[in-house]
Amino acid sequence: MFLKPILAMHIPDGFLTAPVAVVGWLAMVVLVGLALRQARAQLGDRQIPLMGVLAAFVFAAQMINFPVAGGTSGHLIGGTLVAVLVGPWAAVLVMTTVVAVQALLFQDGGLLALGFNVFNMGILAAFSGYAVYLWAHKALGSRHNTPLIAAGLGAWVSVELAAIATSLELAISGTSPLDVALPAMASVHALIGIGEALITVGALAFIRQARPDLLGAPSPAAVRQSTLIAAGLAIALAIAFVSPLADPNPDGLERVAEDKAFIDKAEEPAYEILPDYTIPFIDDETLTTIVAGVIGVLIVAGIGFGVPRLARQTAPESARQP
Amino acid sequence: MIHSLDRYQPGHSPLHQGDPRVKVVVAFALIGGIALTPERAWPAYPALWTLVAGLGALAGLSAGRLARLGSVALPFMLAAVPLLFTMPGETLAIGGGIAISQAGLARFVTLLLKSWLSVQVALLLAMTTPFADLVWALGSLRVPGTLVTLIAFMVRYLSTLSDEAQRLLRARAARSAWGAGRPAGGSLLWRARVTGGMVGNLFLRSYERSERVYAAMVARGYAGEMRQLAPPPLSWRAVLAGAMPLAILGLIQLAAVVWWG
Repeated sequence: MFLKPILAMHIPDGFLTAPVAVVGWLAMVVLVGLALRQARAQLGDRQIPLMGVLAAFVFAAQMINFPVAGGTSGHLIGGTLVAVLVGPWAAVLVMTTVVAVQALLFQDGGLLALGFNVFNMGILAAFSGYAVYLWAHKALGSRHNTPLIAAGLGAWVSVELAAIATSLELAISGTSPLDVALPAMASVHALIGIGEALITVGALAFIRQARPDLLGAPSPAAVRQSTLIAAGLAIALAIAFVSPLADPNPDGLERVAEDKAFIDKAEEPAYEILPDYTIPFIDDETLTTIVAGVIGVLIVAGIGFGVPRLARQTAPESARQP
Repeated sequence: MIHSLDRYQPGHSPLHQGDPRVKVVVAFALIGGIALTPERAWPAYPALWTLVAGLGALAGLSAGRLARLGSVALPFMLAAVPLLFTMPGETLAIGGGIAISQAGLARFVTLLLKSWLSVQVALLLAMTTPFADLVWALGSLRVPGTLVTLIAFMVRYLSTLSDEAQRLLRARAARSAWGAGRPAGGSLLWRARVTGGMVGNLFLRSYERSERVYAAMVARGYAGEMRQLAPPPLSWRAVLAGAMPLAILGLIQLAAVVWWG
């Protein structure tokens, strides 16, 4: 289980600056609040024990290791699998519970960092995985293995997006340079995502064989809604992507080494100015981060509040009964 | 078999007897304070550690044990290693053609200390508070009731389903003979299918268990809402006890900003 700490994307405390952590909490409060509203509107009280037990399921399923090679093994993260089985809103609540308990009980992921950990592994993973699943489901047509392939694609995308989001958040906090962390995280998780996809497909294939009634076809309203939410989250990420332009160290490993040698030789006294220069800079960066975060959250919240209303007007919401 | 996943260490220390609501707030405030500590305020870090270790001593947990347990997040430091080389600033050492910058080293060490201290605070909370108390504290701190119920459910069935997962793992191990030079199992895809089947199996067992749980809840009069006893009122003594570590934190922060920053 050597790879586990790297596999798990749980950001510990200390790695996010306070303003970034606050943006994460804001995003979590708004989006989980939406999920709670949706859950109340769509799900019956039967779903409360189901979601609670499924949270324990995700935790226990992460113990089932998938031996890859040479003593390394991967395990399921689970956002897409749960979203496909019980719908994205319930999946958000299940994954939020998992990430919160991991932080509170096992110190796996920080308490201040909880906001973004829930955002990455819960909200973003569930919605992106589900949206890709629906989209691929539609594109592939109704062949026998369509749902499995679609879910596999969704699982891969959800892991990849969560990894990219994690490296963005670290970069905005100035704790990991984007041009090193993003390619590293994206490429490692491209492989981990394959494991996630394989396990998700295997699990769904088993469930389809044993209990075909649990794998229903998604309703058109759910398709529209999930696609829009996923798009909103992508926009929020894209905005966050713009703000690292204010990152204090955007240069590449070699380039900075070169620059540094140059600066040290040519501008020796400039070093004194650097501390003065960094303080307003960090303030500026903080502001950008907060503004970007707030805009992103507002967009997603707007979509989240607006779309169900729209869906209710056009077609009667059919409650998803898993 | 995993029967106790809870980190709680039974005891009768002042920390154990503190109001869980106060403890949750103080833990968040301490971690927030650690996050806000300026990067180069070096004396602040031993001061913060003394505060954390002091609270640990009050709870009967040795500083060494807390320090060791607090290192769980250290593998994540890998994400910060590039900082050593990419942050602009005065060059400290050049080895093998790669320069380590002073600013990069400063931030790296700061991160290390911050995450290590924060984990110890979270540990203190988990080790001195039974999880059930933590759950009702969250509820009375305005965490939505549905979420609190889900957290309580998850923790209730954590060990049950972990046992279920262990059974599946044991069954797989029992059916997977392997010898020297002959790896267990078939191709990667085959192993993925087996793992997937196990996860799917665990899902079905969880799903069916949740149906039984729901039936049992309905049989006991569940009507869509969890009922709880009213939480005890917050005493002045509990609030004052919580204010003390926060006051020390405030002094450290003040010193960090005024003198050490």
